[in-house]
Amino acid sequence: MIIAKNDLPGLLDKLMSEYEVYAPVKEGAYSLYKKIKSGSEACFGYVNSKIPPKGVLFPQSEKLFCYNMTGEGAKLEECIDSGKKVVFGIRPCDAKSLLLLDNVFNNDKFRDPYYLTRRENTLLVGMACLEPAGTCFCTSMGTGPFDKAGLDIMLTDIGDAYLVEPVSEKGGALAAGLGLSAAGEEQKAAAAKARDSAEVACRVNIEGLKARLDANFYDPIWERFHEKCLGCAACTYSCPTCHCFDIVDEAVDCNGCRVRNWDSCMFPLFTLHGSGHNPRPGGKERMRQRVMHKFKYFVDNFNATACVGCGRCIKNCPVNLDIREILADIQGEGRSDK
Amino acid sequence: MQRNPYLPLPMKLVKNFTETEDKLIHTFTFQFLSEEDEKSFPYMPGQFAEVCVFGKGEAPFGIASSPTEPGFLKFSVAKVGVVSTALHLMEEGTIAGVRGPLGNYYPVEQMKGKNIVIIGGGFAFTTLRSLITYILEPGHRGDYGRLTVIYGARNPGLLLYKDELDQWDQRSDIDLVCTIDRPVDGWTRKVGFVPAVTKEVAPSSENAVAIICGPPVMIKFTMPELEALGFKPEQIIMSLENRMKCGIGMCGRCNVGNKYVCKDGPVFTKAELNQLPNEY
Repeated sequence: MIIAKNDLPGLLDKLMSEYEVYAPVKEGAYSLYKKIKSGSEACFGYVNSKIPPKGVLFPQSEKLFCYNMTGEGAKLEECIDSGKKVVFGIRPCDAKSLLLLDNVFNNDKFRDPYYLTRRENTLLVGMACLEPAGTCFCTSMGTGPFDKAGLDIMLTDIGDAYLVEPVSEKGGALAAGLGLSAAGEEQKAAAAKARDSAEVACRVNIEGLKARLDANFYDPIWERFHEKCLGCAACTYSCPTCHCFDIVDEAVDCNGCRVRNWDSCMFPLFTLHGSGHNPRPGGKERMRQRVMHKFKYFVDNFNATACVGCGRCIKNCPVNLDIREILADIQGEGRSDK
Repeated sequence: MQRNPYLPLPMKLVKNFTETEDKLIHTFTFQFLSEEDEKSFPYMPGQFAEVCVFGKGEAPFGIASSPTEPGFLKFSVAKVGVVSTALHLMEEGTIAGVRGPLGNYYPVEQMKGKNIVIIGGGFAFTTLRSLITYILEPGHRGDYGRLTVIYGARNPGLLLYKDELDQWDQRSDIDLVCTIDRPVDGWTRKVGFVPAVTKEVAPSSENAVAIICGPPVMIKFTMPELEALGFKPEQIIMSLENRMKCGIGMCGRCNVGNKYVCKDGPVFTKAELNQLPNEY
């Protein structure tokens, strides 16, 4: 099936009658996934968004419940969002990140109803990457510019139209309801050609990385990586697989809401005990935690690396710390050795 | 879908008791509002819960009561931050929230048939009280061998649960050794630090399990004494504390290596901890 580019705004408008539609929108020099009010707001001339679309399912700030204290006790009201949503134009790396986050929010003992309810009610329409950025290293992290994992529908830009490929059953049903015209051989060939010409130039070698991390917790190598880190947490806030959060009350007297906000392992307060003791007191420990969590602990627990190679942490770092260089250093193939 | 793990159970504070002479630790007794609520909170010694003061927030505390004491939950809390201060000031009769039970518990099944050595220091005696009460329950006492408890505090005024310590002293089925750091007039029990007293009491490691909770410095110096007595890492059980928020293994802060203290702990054997980095 195909969608002509001219028809896309109208099609998004149609989707909006049934779904909340999140699509990339230009914000100054950046793109962000936002809930659109009109199909014409969406702008698909983007490499990827500044902040990942994980916020559609796991908002940066969200109410968990509200409470009112009455004479008889506490009245609680859950704030579970079960609205039907479509994320239109999600990149394959970000779709993959949601498959990883599913492990966290549905762990061996507990289910997070906020994330999981949104997840069940959200369709992911992916957009293949024809021009990956220089910071992208997705193909080293088990995904790639045409990876369909986690998607419901995959779109590929073929010039004046998008080739539409249903991936999941839900995606098939959605596509079938849109009344799209069938793709011709020529259009299929154009998509295949685009696929062949897209290239992710950057490679990161993670073979054997886990085994090294299993053994190097006390290695002096960790003394170096954090040296220029400011602890600003831009890397974790812009990471599609980071899931750490804080829970706070926002209330006047005894009436208010419990709210969760994204938090970061790069902050000292994240782990500070009431006694003053801090198990991760310095930049060294916190940088080690970030790397270990993504490339060792997550692998231990879920048999997958908690990185999809989107490159946002590299792009957004104010002091140009580069996870690819850190990994190369750990692998003993740092720049100085080259 | 299971119950929303973020929603607290409303409970009534029925007692706000000043536990220590320095007034920094209070013991809070919360009553379940209904039988149904109580049924929804089946817990074991060693587990913890998030206690919330509506309007202030929530914080995790070990449960000091034992499941053999129905109708209420007890927490002994030091006044440290926003939530604990609000709790200390809370009037009896106020409704607070409790979320849990969370975490794993002392392996009371595997401990059956064994001699039990419990070593506590300072105010890290809360879940140990739960465990001792559980073991001393007439229906359970026969399941375990000899019960030795070594409990130290800086001075007599800082010991928790003084009335119960006196009652336990009268019993023949528990060997309680209380110790304080320096001599005090009128104190007739032991004087000395917990590691030295452990060496002196010298509980046998044969067919035994040691459960140890206390400040890091006490643990650091007691561990070699236990090892000298022949306790293997598999026989030593500890309960960890780390800063927590969610209590369900998602918010990311309490991990030690690939384990979350909230979800996979807080109870670990020394053998398990030996496999993890020392980030606690």
